[in-house]
Amino acid sequence: MIDYSKLMCQRVQDIHPSGIRKYFDLLQGMEGGISLGIGEPDFPTPWHIRDAGIYSLEKGFTKYTPNAGLSDLRAAVSRYLKRRFDLEYAPVGQILVTVGGSEGLDLTFRCLLEPGDEVIIPAPSFVCYGPLVSMMHGVPVMVETKAENDFRLTPDELRAAITPRTKVLVLPFPNNPTGGIMGREDLEALAEVLRGTSIMVVSDEIYAELTYSRRHVSMANIPDMYERTVVVNGFSKAYSMTGWRLGYVCGPKPLVAAMTKLHQYAIMSAPTTSQYAAIEALDHGDGDIEAMRDEYDGRRRFLVDGFRKLGLSCFEPLGAFYTFPCIKSTGLTSEEFCDRFLAEQRVAVIPGTAFGLGGEGYVRACYAASMHDLDEALKRLEKFLKSL
Amino acid sequence: MKDLLQLLEDDSTLTHTQLAAMTGMTEAEVSAAVAQYEKDHIILGYKTIVDWDRTQQESVTALIEVSVTPQRGEGFDRVAQRIYQYEEVESLYLMSGGAYDMTVIISGRTLKEVAQFVGEKLAPIEGVTGTATHFILKKYKEKHLIFPIQEVQEERFVFE
Repeated sequence: MIDYSKLMCQRVQDIHPSGIRKYFDLLQGMEGGISLGIGEPDFPTPWHIRDAGIYSLEKGFTKYTPNAGLSDLRAAVSRYLKRRFDLEYAPVGQILVTVGGSEGLDLTFRCLLEPGDEVIIPAPSFVCYGPLVSMMHGVPVMVETKAENDFRLTPDELRAAITPRTKVLVLPFPNNPTGGIMGREDLEALAEVLRGTSIMVVSDEIYAELTYSRRHVSMANIPDMYERTVVVNGFSKAYSMTGWRLGYVCGPKPLVAAMTKLHQYAIMSAPTTSQYAAIEALDHGDGDIEAMRDEYDGRRRFLVDGFRKLGLSCFEPLGAFYTFPCIKSTGLTSEEFCDRFLAEQRVAVIPGTAFGLGGEGYVRACYAASMHDLDEALKRLEKFLKSL
Repeated sequence: MKDLLQLLEDDSTLTHTQLAAMTGMTEAEVSAAVAQYEKDHIILGYKTIVDWDRTQQESVTALIEVSVTPQRGEGFDRVAQRIYQYEEVESLYLMSGGAYDMTVIISGRTLKEVAQFVGEKLAPIEGVTGTATHFILKKYKEKHLIFPIQEVQEERFVFE
């Protein structure tokens, strides 16, 4: 008998499975269950985008593409970033098309980290950064963002986390799970701390199109930051294309070249059908983005208002599609709250603790769900709170 | 952000409490605005879209092209009025293009009932010079809703 635990590298064995999974498994097969747990748009991909994918198949475009992605797609990404976020990236050399934003993050860490390098990660945040860093022998340094700061990373918090081993700062904004965003002045303040250091910024901007009060600003827009910033983005959230697995990473040429090298060995090229669909999305999808954002906005307001009316304090999320209400008043831990809410009222929300430091006392509820489900979830929440 | 009218056009079952939360207005403001829309006939009514094919109830719908001689001084309006007064008429539109002038949509319980309406009521109206009746065989989509709404059970992985 082979003892696989002796065969597999210790680092992968040390990684915890995502704390989100459990609620999904429990909800499966539960009659009348409602999930506000899933972090995925509930719209199908707009038809014209799907159609472009289908058309590419009809034409027989089923082979590999260039490693960095179709040149038409990279050109479209370049135009899109300029048009929507005033970012300048050259289609050749500065843009790499990846298998979702996730691959872009993984590649960035692979190309930057030496063993022992520290990566500053504001938390609560998406679950992938820590494990990806650990796999590269890097050291994740979690920095807790706070509700009283609107879950933004402050310059003082950043300064306090920097050591001589700090290599990378991850900026996961607009943020999953808090819905916090960083405005231009917030980024300027961080830039002030970073100037003169050799710290690289990995800006995960997958929710950039989903902001509700002001347009997203990228760290790469801030003076002196362009040269030290890697922008990771993709199609999943903006165009409701999660299953197409397509993203891109933009940055300084030498770094993108290194990532392309790795991508070429590990992935070859991102899915061809998805790339053709993505060109259509970028060139003719601005209207879809607005329509989906408007739809989310109404639900967002409704859910936040609902929590507050039930006596739960809730930070107003300004980005992504999550609310992050505080449940400390119930006296339950996040996990107890979620376990019991699911068991007693059949509604799945995710404990804040699944998103790392600072998540205790909060739960994440996603409003990428129908108004009917949101309404019903609030009614059940009212019953649940009364029963406590 | 969607405004009140857009939200209501999508889903008229939203309560004023919900609409207030979604738009950032107060409930009183929503109620006042809706009342004003109704008064100004900007909101004409609230209906439900039913897929009768999924019920036991028999129903047929026909789209009728109608040729009309416009009346002096009143254009098509007078004839239109004569047509739309009938209960059976679901919709009536004045059309551009040369082939015919108006589209009438009517529903009845049976084919015979619809044929009877066309022959006995619609065609004899003064000013109506011809009709061509097209029965609707199957509805695929109405008011942005696809018939029947498909419940797809996808395997979804929740990790994000």
